[in-house]
Amino acid sequence: MALLEIRNVTRRFGDLVAVDNVSFNIEAGEFFTLLGPSGCGKTTLLRMIAGFDLPDGGQILLDGKDLSGTPPEKRPIHTVFQSYALFPHMTVTGNVSFPLKMAGKTPDEIAVKVKEVLDLVHLSDKGGSFPHELSGGQKQRVALARGLVNRPRLLMLDEPLGALDAKLREEMQIELISLQRDVGITFVFVTHSQAEALALSHRIAVMNVGRIEQMDEPSKIYSFPVNRFVADFIGRINMLQAEVLEAVPDHLRIRIPGMGEVRAPAKIGAVRGQRGVLALRPEQVRIATKIDNVAGENRFPGKVHDFLYVGDITTYIVDLNNGARVEALLPNSAPGRAKFFETGDSVEVAWRQDAGLFLNE
Amino acid sequence: MSNFLTSARVTKWLVRGPPFLYLMLFFLLPSIIMVVASFRFPGDYGGLAPLFGAEPGKETGLTLETYQFFFSDFIYTQIFIKSFGVAMASTLVCLLMAYPLALLIARSPKKHRDFMVLLVILPFASNFLIRVYAWMIILGPQSAFSLAVNHLLGWFGIASVPLLFSPFAVLVGMVYVHLPFMVLPLYTNLEKHDPVLLDAAQDLGANAWNRFWKVTWPLSLPGVYSGSALVFIPVLGMFAIPDILGGTGDILIGNLIKDQFLGTRDWPFGSTLSIMLTIAVLMLAGITAVISRQGVRQ
Amino acid sequence: MNKKSALWSISALVYAFLYVPLVIVVVYSFNDSRLNAEWVGFTLNWYRVLFNDEQMIGAAVNSLTIAVVSALAATALGTMAGIAIHRYKPKLLPFMVITPVAMPEILLGVSLLLFFIQVMNLTLGMLSIIIAHITFCIGFVAIVVRARLAGMDESIFEAARDLGATPWQTFKLVTFPLIMPGVIAGTLMSFTLSIDDFVITFFTVGVGVTTLPLQIYSMIKIAVTPEVNAVSTLLMLLTLTTIIVASKFAPDVLRGVAK
Repeated sequence: MALLEIRNVTRRFGDLVAVDNVSFNIEAGEFFTLLGPSGCGKTTLLRMIAGFDLPDGGQILLDGKDLSGTPPEKRPIHTVFQSYALFPHMTVTGNVSFPLKMAGKTPDEIAVKVKEVLDLVHLSDKGGSFPHELSGGQKQRVALARGLVNRPRLLMLDEPLGALDAKLREEMQIELISLQRDVGITFVFVTHSQAEALALSHRIAVMNVGRIEQMDEPSKIYSFPVNRFVADFIGRINMLQAEVLEAVPDHLRIRIPGMGEVRAPAKIGAVRGQRGVLALRPEQVRIATKIDNVAGENRFPGKVHDFLYVGDITTYIVDLNNGARVEALLPNSAPGRAKFFETGDSVEVAWRQDAGLFLNE
Repeated sequence: MSNFLTSARVTKWLVRGPPFLYLMLFFLLPSIIMVVASFRFPGDYGGLAPLFGAEPGKETGLTLETYQFFFSDFIYTQIFIKSFGVAMASTLVCLLMAYPLALLIARSPKKHRDFMVLLVILPFASNFLIRVYAWMIILGPQSAFSLAVNHLLGWFGIASVPLLFSPFAVLVGMVYVHLPFMVLPLYTNLEKHDPVLLDAAQDLGANAWNRFWKVTWPLSLPGVYSGSALVFIPVLGMFAIPDILGGTGDILIGNLIKDQFLGTRDWPFGSTLSIMLTIAVLMLAGITAVISRQGVRQ
Repeated sequence: MNKKSALWSISALVYAFLYVPLVIVVVYSFNDSRLNAEWVGFTLNWYRVLFNDEQMIGAAVNSLTIAVVSALAATALGTMAGIAIHRYKPKLLPFMVITPVAMPEILLGVSLLLFFIQVMNLTLGMLSIIIAHITFCIGFVAIVVRARLAGMDESIFEAARDLGATPWQTFKLVTFPLIMPGVIAGTLMSFTLSIDDFVITFFTVGVGVTTLPLQIYSMIKIAVTPEVNAVSTLLMLLTLTTIIVASKFAPDVLRGVAK
């Protein structure tokens, strides 16, 4: 039995449908992420799971039991809020022991558990400090400790890393993964950062306007997005307008305006004349001054229009001779060279015929 | 219905209920009664005549008589106009005195500001009557101040002027009592001004006067409006200051109302006057709200 | 004379304007003369007269009683109102809370007089005064509490419930400690306002009861002696202390009041 079951949950605010008949399960022990842009419904869903909002339709079940009659304080679910929501008038120890006090634990038990969890988040020496004396990263960890201390069935994290600077964010991401693994508690993470979702999660549910577009492991979502929204939202991707000329069991023949005929991987249900896009990740596109004609590859000439250098890799934006624009990725691994091509260089790009995906309009 | 929702609703009524009921009973209801009273007849021994079921020959029920009475004698309207005049004058004087002070506090170093504001508030802590009484002393005919002023007037060949029990004394009293109310909103507003704006203005060629008039003053307008409302409205309803510092000819709306209720006991007329005062205040508050909203949009 | 020193001199004059009258009152309370005209000599006589003045003492006791009762009741009701306004954003309540404070006092005094006599048939006395004082003090407490709540991170209260606290525990352990400074400031302000109130008390007092301000008023109108100065000085001392203590608890009270 799944730990948390969301069954046909809907939530409306006037005319706006914030969560639209959503159903999915979360398994015990996993790091599950709700990913999507602002307004997609992920925060609404989170609030309903925590108990601060009630669904207009559907049910939320924890361990098979319907949560609808249970107020937030009775649910064994805790939340790490975006603003951390630390109690300003209590010390770190006061904050972290709060849930234990609410659960009626004895002072001895509380002292032991608090020490345990503060050690876990590397804040053992900050017990007597007040929130306003802590840095952003430290406040974050106190909020985490407070949510974990009495071992809830589920810990929800609402964009917890948003306020941290880039380096701290990365450090915290790594800490979060190992923390979740060590403690074994199910995490439900809410974020709009696809990079973060990909890095941290066992499974991701990509949401858009109240619905789940795709739910799967990160690598599957990245490599096999089911539609344009998911493909575009996750990572960088090339989208080339195309029309199906012929669909056979092992491949598709498609025409890309300005590039001619091209082979693409098979797609179930594709029919002749269907319009869509060929979605290619930049790392699937090779770029070189001249590429040998290799079987099984689509190859086109072009000129470098611009490039994005980020140190370890460079993404080249190439204008193909027949009008289309394609991004190709190249690691800057050759020693002594910052980049390989300049703006205006003539190049060739190529990708394997079994690379990419044909997605509907 | 889950007990979660009902407990939330119960809490809501528990928290909202008591103050709501209390104010309903002791504020809203009395106000409504006053409105109705302005349409009723005076009772035989003062107070109000009964609304229903009366003896023959006596008037009962509702009437517009008191409103007609108000407009029948110009003196009442005159008193209203005079009150508006005094309120206007008090507000202007308060503004002229408060603005430099508020400006100074706003521009002072942060650690001094709270203390300076406290210094402005402290006189407000003393009893209102004491503050008025103090001016009785200062403006009294025997006081050093009075003697000095009259001495000065004597040089110009002007006869001695009694400072106390005069419109001048009323004005001084009104200003003195309400000055902090002008300083605080002005200060709150001026404190928020970004000094960079003045630098930018100077950089673009504005001299000191222009910097004030074109940058500081317009930005301070919301504070000016708040402060003016906080002075104008209470002054309009004051009776104690004209009563203590003013002469017999200096009565204002407040005195008139007080006399109706506690002196002649013509309660309907007193209510009518109160309603008219309320309308005036509401209109002013409305105008202030509209003007300050427009100013913000600029 | 540059701009800064011009500002300083005008401000100094304004401060002087504010304080000199009060200083004169205090100084003359020690003046050995019936007239408040010129300084004759130092004496504590007027204070002695004050403490033997039974009517004045009675008035003081009444004022203090009224102030304590009104402040406590207004604090309870005003805190509830402040929380309700902040959390539930009701339409009518803010208006009912603020108007008694914003309108000229005479209107409240007069309407309550009408109400007490015509509707409640109540004999005017201590009770009517207390009811009236509570009515206008609620507004002050509500404003201060609401301002305090508005400045806090909202998610704290949800976090408390999320971590297992019932609504009552949330209030007791999180909300109340955090609004406490505002509540105390509100109580002290209500106390001060009640002790000092003249206009509303004037209309709701009836016969046989008197408060300190009313007593001072009748002395001013009928027979002015420096006993008035003495009682004024003592009263000033009391309210001064109260306000200084209040400002320590909530410095932003002053700005909230100004709104």
